Order: sequence, then C-alpha cells, then structure tokens
Amino acid sequence: MEIKILNSGKTLRVNQDQDLSSNTTKILVRDLEMFYGPVRALHGIDMEIKEKAVTALIGPSGCGKSTFLRTLNRMNDTIPGARIHGTVLIDDVNIYSPEVNVAVLRRMVGMVFQKQNPFPKSIFDNIAYGPRLHGVIDKAVLEHIVEESLKKAALWNEVKDRLQTGALELSGGQQQRLCIARVLAVNPEIILMDEPASALDPLSTAKIEELIYELRKNYTIVIVTHNMQQAARVSDFTAYFYMGSLVEFGLTKDVFTNPLKKETEDYITGRFG
Amino acid sequence: MKNALSLKFHGLTKRSFRWDEVLSDFLVRFFALIPIAALAFIMMKIIAKGSGAITWEFLTQAPSQGMMHGGIFPCIFGTLAITLLMILMALPLGVAAAIYLTEYAGKGLLFRVIRAAVNNLAGVPSIVFGLFGVGFFILFVGRNLDAVLKTGMLFGQPCMLWAAATLAVLVLPVIIVATEEALNTVPQSQRAASLALGATKWQTIWNIVLPQARGGILTGAILSISRGAGETAPILFTGCAYFLPRLPVVNLFGFIPMINPFDQFMELSYHIFIMATQSLDAVKTLPIQYGTTLVLISLTFLLNLTAILFRVHFRKKMGTVTV
Ligand SMILES: Nc1ncnc2c1ncn2[C@@H]1O[C@H](COP(=O)(O)OP(=O)(O)O)[C@@H](O)[C@H]1O
Ligand SMILES: [Mg+2]
Repeated sequence: MEIKILNSGKTLRVNQDQDLSSNTTKILVRDLEMFYGPVRALHGIDMEIKEKAVTALIGPSGCGKSTFLRTLNRMNDTIPGARIHGTVLIDDVNIYSPEVNVAVLRRMVGMVFQKQNPFPKSIFDNIAYGPRLHGVIDKAVLEHIVEESLKKAALWNEVKDRLQTGALELSGGQQQRLCIARVLAVNPEIILMDEPASALDPLSTAKIEELIYELRKNYTIVIVTHNMQQAARVSDFTAYFYMGSLVEFGLTKDVFTNPLKKETEDYITGRFG
Repeated sequence: MKNALSLKFHGLTKRSFRWDEVLSDFLVRFFALIPIAALAFIMMKIIAKGSGAITWEFLTQAPSQGMMHGGIFPCIFGTLAITLLMILMALPLGVAAAIYLTEYAGKGLLFRVIRAAVNNLAGVPSIVFGLFGVGFFILFVGRNLDAVLKTGMLFGQPCMLWAAATLAVLVLPVIIVATEEALNTVPQSQRAASLALGATKWQTIWNIVLPQARGGILTGAILSISRGAGETAPILFTGCAYFLPRLPVVNLFGFIPMINPFDQFMELSYHIFIMATQSLDAVKTLPIQYGTTLVLISLTFLLNLTAILFRVHFRKKMGTVTV
C-alpha cells in the first residue's frame, strides 16, 4: 500500500497490511543500559520485538543503533570496557545470564555487517564455515546446506557453477548476499543486519531488500538503516533512536504516518538528521 | 657571514643556488652510498677469495690433518641442524606469545611490561645470551633435570639442544614482532564475522586469523633463521665443538638416522672464528676461512631471498581481501 508521509508530500510504499498482533514476542528488552567505559551509550531501553517480522532501527548516526543491535547477540562482549545492565530475553531466556553459551547464542542470532566481510576462501568454504564449526563434516550434508543457504539468499543461480572460486571475486552486492547465506547456513532464528546495503549500489540494494522481504516469513529480522524509504519499504515495526534512547517504537505504518512524538516527526520528514 | 647573507637575499631574484642545499644533497647521497659500497666491497672480496676454495670435496668432506685440509661438511650439517632445532623451539613459543599479546592481553600494565621485555630482549648483546645459555640451560635446567631423572650427565653439559635453545631465545623477539604485525593486519571485521557465526575465540584465531597471517609469520620465521644461523657467541659455550669430524646423528631404533640433540656439533661461523684465531698458521687457512664465509653468506642470502619471495607471494594472494 502507498502511504503519504505526513505533510512532507513524499509517498512511500509500505508493507501490505498484515495482522502482526498474533505474532509472539521473540526478543524482550527491559531497562537496557550499555556503557563504553564511563560513557553511557544506551539509556533504559524497553522494547518488544515480534517473531517473524522485520523491525527497523532508525535514527541519526551515533544514536546507538549499532550498539543496541550488538547487545542482541552479545557482540559487545568483544569490545574492551563495554558493560551492560538490564535484561534481554530471547524466547524467555536472559541472554546475559551466566549459564548462557555465547557461541550457541550467536548461532541462533546471526549478524550481517555494514561492510560485507566474506573470508578469503572459496564460496563453498565461506558458507560451510559455520556448519563445520558446529561439527558437520559429511560432504553430502555440507553440499546440501550450501545449496539451500545460497538459494535462500537468492545467490544460487549466480554462483552454482563456480562454488570453488574465491568469494572475493564476487561483486559487492553478491558478497553481501553471500554473507547472508553464510548466516543462514547455521540455521539462526533471528538475523541482525547493520546497514547491510549502505555500501551497495541501488540495484544491489533492491536485491537485498527483496531478500529481506522473503526472509521475514521464516526469520525474525532486526535491521539498522539510515535510509527512511528503506525502513518504510522493508519493515513491519520501526524504532526511532535518539542519543541512546528509544524515542518511539511501533508499527511502521503508524510511526511513518502518525508518529506520537514531535521529534520522530521531525526526523522522518527530514527536518532534522 | 656577510657573503652568505647577501647570497640568501639575492636568491629571491637570482637563480636559486644555495650552498647548504647543494652540500646537504651531496652528503645525504654520499652517506646513503656507504652501506652499499661496504656491502659490495665485502661481497666482492669474499667471492674473489672464497670461490676458489669451494670444491665438491670442500662441501662434502670433514676437515682433516689439523683442519688444514678436507672440507666443512660437518659445519654445514651442524648449522642446518641447530637452525632447525632452534626454529622448532622458537616458532611455537614466539607465535603463542604474539597471539597472547594481540588477541588476549588488554593494553594494560602486563601488556606494556611484556612489550618492553620483548624490545629489550632484542637489544641484548649476543654474548650475554651465550652466558645466559650456560647459566640457565646447562647449569640450572640441565643439571637439575639430570638430578631428578637420574640421567648422569645427559642434560647438564653443552650440547646441540641447549645451543639451539639459546639461539631460540635470541631470535624470539624477531618472531614475536613479525607475528604481531601479521596478526594486526588481519581486519577486525574478519574476526567479527567468525565470532558472529558462533565460533569461539580460539576457533576464530585458528581458522581465520592465523591462515591470513601465515605469510607474515613465515617471513618472520625465515628472517629469524637467517639471524640465528650466523650467530657465534650464543653457541660458543653451549654446545659448539672445536673439531668433531663425525656428524651429530644417532640411529633411532638402530636404523632411523636422526639429529642427536645431546651431541656437540661443528658450526660455520664458529669454524671461521677458530680458523682465524686458533689455527697454528692463520695465513695458510685463509682460503678455508673465505670459503666457509662464502658458504655461510650464501646460506643466509638464500634464506632472506626465500623470505622476500614468501612476502611477495602472500601479499599478492591477500591483496584482494576487502576490509
Ligand atoms: N567501540 C566503541 N567504543 C567506544 N564508544 C563507542 C564504540 N562504538 C560506539 N561508540 C559510541 O557509542 C555511541 C553510539 O554509537 P553507534 O551505536 O555506533 O551509533 P549508530 O550505529 O547509531 O551510528 C556513539 O557515541 C559512539 O561514539
Ligand atoms: Mg552504526
């Protein structure tokens, strides 16, 4: 459906109306605070992320979108001096409780990075890397996983005849889809994407967006984007962050057409940011 | 003084000609040429005087008749054997230390202390390593091992094992620094990609970081070999033999020939040293000295060349990595 963004005169295509109220909650964030050393980067975030839906995180750069995203698969653990307060429940398990196995968590919560980062290995070995880590050694099984993952990432037809060539020989957009396939190969339930198309040309971006739209049928997706149109096109829910706080969160069509807060409206209509 | 000043001021309107520029230009070029000239002179002299001594016999026979005749094969063998043992000890240790420094240690006090220690180790004169080898490896470790294991005088005397261990300590900084550099060139995004797929830290280091750092690590290893292979002082008291025509080899199970780390050995640089200083007629042994030097330099040069080729090869291969 087409919506008119407030009084800006711009129109955007938004996801078809769907009843998302029946979707269960996948991630429940309560009173989340995050510090880089003495600096607080996130302030008391409360958020409920629905299963099998796309949640977009928008906001000016430096507002904490990536930081928030990294709290969901504990990639912040790798940053020296990073500390966290509050809880993140995934399927009702607090992922910050001591008995959680971080490696298992990260397999369940995959991540796609802003800049495509394939390994300097063959296409096949890139996809097989995760499954091999987790104990798959049977060649036939690996071949099956690689094919399925590449198909889901809409890359199979382009690379099926050259799985043994280096991943770095692919174009930027193909590399990013390869990175998505690599994540799909470990069978995650949640996929985090940090501006996955910001380094790509418009055509590759469109392909990634289509892919996200496909993937939402089976995966819970949280995507950071600084592109308002992209957020409107691909997401069911939108969260607006500003200076480490969650300003507004709701159905994308509501946030874009009828924001509750003045700041959100200003940001969306481009009066700021 | 007056003259210089006026020159300086006229320079604005005249063609610029400044004595200081011309002089500094000349001096810089001249000083840059000195090492090249020195190297060329040394090489030419060694090649001119040494190549005559290089015969098949020289390369394959043991010295004979008061070391005035025969060849230097035991020295070549000893040099290769001790270098091999050295790198077998130094490489795992150095790489492990570098992995700790880059991947595990924070940038806190411990990190800085270790860094400083590594840097200072690189500056210690090699004779000090030799004395350290005697005091630590032979007298402390060796004698105590013998006492505990009741092995008589197996460990507590100079032998190839301790000479190699002493050399290993000497080249450790080279390997650590080279490996650290190699590890640091692997982009963080590669580690992140692996960790985000559920790899543990060690799995990430083993499967992603080390393979990408392989070229740099191997280069460091080869450079450390060429550094260690030419050293005399560290092995002087720790295992080097003045004259030992048989090879330091044992037959494992009676038939598998293997380097015997408990034996003493002859070595090229030490051979040059004794030929030059201990021989009854140093002038008569001059061809042997030059010939041995030529062999040692060729060996080192070959190793350095290998290191350069490795680096070129891996840089080409890694050149396409997107960060
Ligand atoms: N590794 C880090 N160390 C210290 N501060 C950081 C780090 N990463 C991000 N920050 C800070 O946290 C804030 C939020 O950053 P980020 O989450 O990257 O914002 P966004 O993704 O919305 O642009 C910024 O002020 C940034 O400077
Ligand atoms: Mg960001």
